[in-house]
Amino acid sequence: MTTPVRETVAKITELKHTPPQGFLRKYVFSLDHKVIGRQYLDLALVAVITGMVLSWLMRLHLGYPAASIPALGAANPSLMTPEFYLQLMTMHGTIMVFFVLTTAPFAGFGNFFLPIQVGAEDMAFPRFNMMSFWVTFLAFLVLVSSFFIPDGPALSGWTAYAPLSAIGKDAGPGQGLGQTLWAVSIALFCVGQLLGALNFIATTLDLRTKGMSLTRLPFSTWAWFTTSVIGLIAFSVLLPACILLILDRVAGTSFFLPAGLVFNDQVQPHSGGSPLLWQHLFWFFGHPEVYIAILPGIGIVSHILPAFTRKPLLGPRVLIGCMVAIGFLSYTVWGHHMFLSGMNPFSAILFSIPTLIITIPATIVTLLWIGSIYGSRLRLTAASLFCLGFVSVFVSGGISGFFLAQPSIDTYLHGTYFVVGHFHFVMGVAAMFGIFAGTYFWFPKMYGRMMNETLGKWHFALTFIGVYCIFMPMHYLGLAGNVRRYASFTDDYLQPLLPVHKFITIAALFTGAVQLLFFVNLIWSRFKGAPATDNPWEATSLEWSTSSPPPFDNFGGRHPVVTRGPNEYGAPGASDHLMQAGGA
Amino acid sequence: MGKLFAVTVAILTIVSAGIFMLHIWWLPPDVSVLGTGIDHQINETMMASGVLFVGAQLALAAFVWQSAGSSAPIRIFPGGATPMVVTAVVLVGIEVLVLTLVGSKIWAGLFMVQAPKGALQVDVQAEQFAFYFRYAGPDGKFGAMDPAKISDANNNFFGLDPANDTTARDDIISGSLAIPVNRPILLTLHSRDVGHAFYVPQLRIQQDFVPGLVIPIHFTATTVGKYELVCTQLCGLGHYNMRAYVEVMSDSDFAQWLKTQANQ
Repeated sequence: MTTPVRETVAKITELKHTPPQGFLRKYVFSLDHKVIGRQYLDLALVAVITGMVLSWLMRLHLGYPAASIPALGAANPSLMTPEFYLQLMTMHGTIMVFFVLTTAPFAGFGNFFLPIQVGAEDMAFPRFNMMSFWVTFLAFLVLVSSFFIPDGPALSGWTAYAPLSAIGKDAGPGQGLGQTLWAVSIALFCVGQLLGALNFIATTLDLRTKGMSLTRLPFSTWAWFTTSVIGLIAFSVLLPACILLILDRVAGTSFFLPAGLVFNDQVQPHSGGSPLLWQHLFWFFGHPEVYIAILPGIGIVSHILPAFTRKPLLGPRVLIGCMVAIGFLSYTVWGHHMFLSGMNPFSAILFSIPTLIITIPATIVTLLWIGSIYGSRLRLTAASLFCLGFVSVFVSGGISGFFLAQPSIDTYLHGTYFVVGHFHFVMGVAAMFGIFAGTYFWFPKMYGRMMNETLGKWHFALTFIGVYCIFMPMHYLGLAGNVRRYASFTDDYLQPLLPVHKFITIAALFTGAVQLLFFVNLIWSRFKGAPATDNPWEATSLEWSTSSPPPFDNFGGRHPVVTRGPNEYGAPGASDHLMQAGGA
Repeated sequence: MGKLFAVTVAILTIVSAGIFMLHIWWLPPDVSVLGTGIDHQINETMMASGVLFVGAQLALAAFVWQSAGSSAPIRIFPGGATPMVVTAVVLVGIEVLVLTLVGSKIWAGLFMVQAPKGALQVDVQAEQFAFYFRYAGPDGKFGAMDPAKISDANNNFFGLDPANDTTARDDIISGSLAIPVNRPILLTLHSRDVGHAFYVPQLRIQQDFVPGLVIPIHFTATTVGKYELVCTQLCGLGHYNMRAYVEVMSDSDFAQWLKTQANQ
């Protein structure tokens, strides 16, 4: 059955572009969405290595406080001061949330594959697309540059709560220029992502090829599209919030600073501002950001899984509805980060209800995945294993949300390692598993070469066990009242928990080392991997109807005509799978 | 490979859940009146979410075990997507409803009702990186606070003006929170610089200090003892070291403590 769709071929023809000329246009300031997607993924790779190394230093210090870190200690024996620990933590969180979990699954894969999956030659606004990457790259440089200034980077966490973030250098080391660079970096990042989100939305709505109705979009495109809508609203709020923060810091305004603040026994010349205003603005962005990080993963897994179960995913429309519902609900729950902030306690109950309700679409999605594996002809590859691992860690991380969604329990667990374990599982590890699954799945299409499957499977097995050893114990620590964001655990009641921290440190270093398998595989396969066919996984969506890698205009001058949805695997009486662009 | 995955998931699930069930690392003993409800809510949530956790993980493991490498004709899950939607809406929906109804009552008891009459009020000032506690003294009145008079150098942590403010003269300032057992305590939280938080795991209570706001919290401690109060809101380089002790005393010990402090 076909659904009438808007004729967009004429528009696509108008956007037809010529092959890029010259090195700069081809590889640096490219307008090609595929090059921009790869640039985003390369940036995310640099960022994730940086963020991971920072976390190793933190974990080393927490597990073995007395140990000197040779690489750093030789230069400066007092390097692991409490403020340096907090600076590492702040930069780890900021780099991971913004420059890895947002860029890789959304901007990276989305850029490369969204236009191809809708059958377009490029994004709707290629110049905005190029600007989006380079502004994001600039944001990364600005952030990392704060490591090289005398006072070092900001230490107020990735949430940058005011007044700590707003008052300036009186608040302590890192709160001078480092914090300003942080705010400038995040403001720039917002601009980059707004340009990207506009592009994704316009491309999805306007550049779909003939026959590509909205219901025939692959799940991954639905996820990127939904994420773009979330991002458009979320980053539109964080951008002015960062501008106000910068003004408080450099122009003497008092948006987030109330009267009567005393630093160094001096009353500060501010009045009328509210620290809670920053929290509201930040979390109005911050909670949807969780879904910006994880929805692409949900879409990627839903897209990849049927190609390996060789049967259609259960309830495709239900799944899309759930993704949209999660996107909508993500804007109604930000206050659950603020149950104990001093806001009206009645609002805590109101924010708690949608937070608990959001578990319903999340549960449906999870059950659809699990139910889709039942009775399938599951092919285990590195890509499908990471999808299965995604489901497992998504469940583990999601379940602990039941606790934190309730104000009456949050009053005990807020500010403990339970929260750290929860969000690392659900938005850190799950999103990373989505990225890994996407990489193993799409690498042949992106580079025309296969990744090594044996290395990939070892990478999965060791990482999967490793992340459980790191993040599950954090829940136990949280239940025991172990406070987060502490540079050292000197409190009496925390002493019995130190062995758990040692265990987590060992697991983190081990799991970190395992990632070498991935990096080696990635680089080796890029140059030496076995040549890939056009459709090595026997998948159905449009990216598998073109060459590996695709030509600059994606389909070699032709416009694919779509005759069916992407979920046509193993239908009774049909061949094993039916291509979206295949004949009727 | 599929069987290996299934076994790994099953082992990780059983070990993870087992450690929760055996309480190997668990909440410290509760020493507050309202903590009982919180502990009950945590236990109920643990049981309900534990069933979902173990069920979902084991189903994943079982289906992977059964279908990996299979060449049998594919089978659709009985009923298709409908049982998934019904299960999620009904099971999780009931869970959400029950948890909200019961949990809201506990939350309301903590934060939405006034402290009982006769509660002992203690004023708390947080700063980078210490807590200070103030008792009204024999006159039962707190002296007014003036930020301009706050001075660590003069130990004037609350910005009092005893020279001109008679109510401030007998205010008792302490670096630890001494309280009588089984008597409601009302804390009024102030911060003079950045955000901080009040967290005593045994009292099951946590609350941010927000500069510019005076935030009341109340509780009743039920067991004499000394408990650590720690800061849980990132407040700067000394955050990890920002702490004080809560000393829960018998009535007579507390009266004696107050007398001793007043004479200092």
